[in-house]
Amino acid sequence: MAGVDVDVGTELRLGLPGGGAEAAKAGKRGFEETIDLKLTLPTAGMEEAAAVKTEPAAEKTKRPAEAAAADAEKPPAPKAQAVGWPPVRSYRRNVMTVQSVKNKKEEEPEKQQPTANAGSNSSAFVKVSMDGAPYLRKVDLNMYNSYKDLSIALKKMFSTFTTGNNLNEGKLVDPVSGADVVTTYEDKDGDWMLVGDVPWEMFVASCKRLRIMKSSEAIGLAPRTKDKCKNKS
Amino acid sequence: MTYFPEEVVEHIFSFLPSHSDRNTVSLVCKVWYEIERLSRRSVFVGNCYAVRPEQVVRRFPNVRALTVKGKPHFADFNLVPPDWGGYAGPWIEAAARSCVGLEELRMKRMVVSDESLELLARSFPRFKALVLISCEGFSTEGLADIASHCKHLRELDLQENDVEDRGPRWLSSFPDSCTSLVSLNFACIKGEVDSASLERLVAKSPNLRSLRLNRAVSVDTLSKILLRTPNLEDLGTGNLTEEFQTESYLRLTNALEKCKMLRSLSGFWDASPACVPFIYPLCHQLTGLNLSYTPTLEYSDLTKMISRCVKLQRLWVLDCISDKGLQVVASSCKDLQELRVFPSDFYVAGYSAVTEEGLVAISSGCRKLTSLLYFCHQMTNEALLTIAKNCPNFIRFRLCILEPRKPDATTNQPLDEGFGAIVRECKGLRRLSISGLLTDKVFMYIGKYAKQLEMLSIAFAGDSDEGMMHIMNGCKNLRKLEIRDSPFGDGALLGNVAKYETMRSLWMSSCNVTLKGCEILASKMPMLNVEIMNELDGSCEMEENSVDPSRVEKLYVYRTTAGARDDAPNFVKIL
Repeated sequence: MAGVDVDVGTELRLGLPGGGAEAAKAGKRGFEETIDLKLTLPTAGMEEAAAVKTEPAAEKTKRPAEAAAADAEKPPAPKAQAVGWPPVRSYRRNVMTVQSVKNKKEEEPEKQQPTANAGSNSSAFVKVSMDGAPYLRKVDLNMYNSYKDLSIALKKMFSTFTTGNNLNEGKLVDPVSGADVVTTYEDKDGDWMLVGDVPWEMFVASCKRLRIMKSSEAIGLAPRTKDKCKNKS
Repeated sequence: MTYFPEEVVEHIFSFLPSHSDRNTVSLVCKVWYEIERLSRRSVFVGNCYAVRPEQVVRRFPNVRALTVKGKPHFADFNLVPPDWGGYAGPWIEAAARSCVGLEELRMKRMVVSDESLELLARSFPRFKALVLISCEGFSTEGLADIASHCKHLRELDLQENDVEDRGPRWLSSFPDSCTSLVSLNFACIKGEVDSASLERLVAKSPNLRSLRLNRAVSVDTLSKILLRTPNLEDLGTGNLTEEFQTESYLRLTNALEKCKMLRSLSGFWDASPACVPFIYPLCHQLTGLNLSYTPTLEYSDLTKMISRCVKLQRLWVLDCISDKGLQVVASSCKDLQELRVFPSDFYVAGYSAVTEEGLVAISSGCRKLTSLLYFCHQMTNEALLTIAKNCPNFIRFRLCILEPRKPDATTNQPLDEGFGAIVRECKGLRRLSISGLLTDKVFMYIGKYAKQLEMLSIAFAGDSDEGMMHIMNGCKNLRKLEIRDSPFGDGALLGNVAKYETMRSLWMSSCNVTLKGCEILASKMPMLNVEIMNELDGSCEMEENSVDPSRVEKLYVYRTTAGARDDAPNFVKIL
């Protein structure tokens, strides 16, 4: 089955309002894997999950390229993750996630941390609300390995709320005003945070719910800004 | 035979090796049914919803060992939403009321609460063995109850469960009088353990043969424990990442060398490569080795260890071993019977160092191979043909090519011929998982040749209903069929409805079955439960092309004498 090309012109950015470049220069303490959550939407006629082409994910390859057949390279356009694929037990996924976090940080063995707990639950369902949408959704954060995976999933979930025609405006927008949106989350302390600042595993451990909100409402939303946001939840 | 006294008939029955044999003799006549049921000691329930617990305990009041399995297999991969079911409570309660002689309970993919564990601990005075695999819903407090009240506990085996950590007190809850432990596996417990308690427990358990620790146990504690267990046969290590201190590791080697009976090793976790040589003295006697949770060991560490394990029969590794490493396995481990190669990177577009070449090498060096689970990023028909010819004794063959629908890496053809060769050559094949690009043809081969097949797992395969029909009509011994993301619809679902009565269960998700088709099935086959799951809460990805809103996202069909279950959540509809 041929995949469908994503219309690259329709870029939804779930980073700081105002532009990706600015977000990168915003000077916030950003973990190297932090990315602007770009929700690129397909045009009409998209086929099922397995056929969607997305941007390549951050690489975790540590192994030297050996023994691979000459024509066996990474596929030119990597496929999206299907739920529950590859068929690896949740327990194994969680154990490996915990260990890869530990190895990356190169710290001494430490007591169980929030990061460890992130992987230790077999599922981490959180509600996802989008301002203006008639009902909420739920996602299992443990099904994803990165912010990119999550953004792809969110895009698909809320794609029915796109406005605009097929030209250039298949953006995920607020259904009422047509404005750009950002993705925020409520953490363990009850604060509303911008998605993307902290390492993925730490995010999974502390995220209680997600909210896709209008960019305009998110102005002033910065890491650890308590006062302005509490009223909005 | 009916003229023999009951005791004699019962004695004859005791020689019957399998559940199905005993089931068969119970059908001969009422007398035999009675004798059989009262003398039955071991009962296996493959699907907890196939029969009511009360019925089981009423029929077999003297059962000593009960095994119950809950959720469907694909629950392992998060395809079954939480709160689906599979509760252990009703089983433990029923047994507590009617079978006080119960000694062993084994459960897989079930939801077990602390209350149930407490009830279990208090209800069966002779309780000896608790084995929980891939279960959830309980905490270390429930384990504390088991430890405190089961005075004759021999086996506490917790495999890959999701256990809530409420502190280390459970390990200290074993009373001093409990000296009967033979097997203790707490590798999946996430929290700290109290070393002193652990050492005390081991010291008073002279019969300990199998011990699997969790990551919280230090090298020094491990060494101390091993000095007390010279007869240990199976060990799961604790933490091997500590700052490398030669003294600690020397102590460990000394302790390990005393364990002459040690045959099986697992754990390792994020073991540092520096610690590996300290295991070398043990390698020549190992028959089982599980390094599949250890991404920190690279190809060279792995091969140095494995090349010494000349008696190895069972090996679980990660794909960082690479094809070259598998060649080392093939030349060193001539007795290998079971191999599992797991992916270290779950992203399908990622890189796997393992290809068809590694498997071909294994098949040519390890001719006794009967059981395989192999994750790789490519495969070819030619390789599969070679593998089939080299190892015709496969009983379990599970191949997972990470990218769905990937064709033969050299010819770009579907992999029908390769899998066809497997089912043709391996006449004893009982379990098969297929992957890669596959057309209806592969199903034609499977239906034609895989006559002993009991379990088949299909993903992203086939072209039409014909594919599934080949299976339904051809595989006479099929018990479990699980299918995802394949174009099989109502025609296939309804093509051979009588078949479902001979099977344990059918799972279909992201296929083309509709509500109408399921309703027809339910009405034609009242002895089946037809469960459909359509969640609106996002735990399954919403299909872009749900043009047909009556399409059923997840379907689970199973035969049952219990009728519709009353514990189904609101997202499950039983037709």
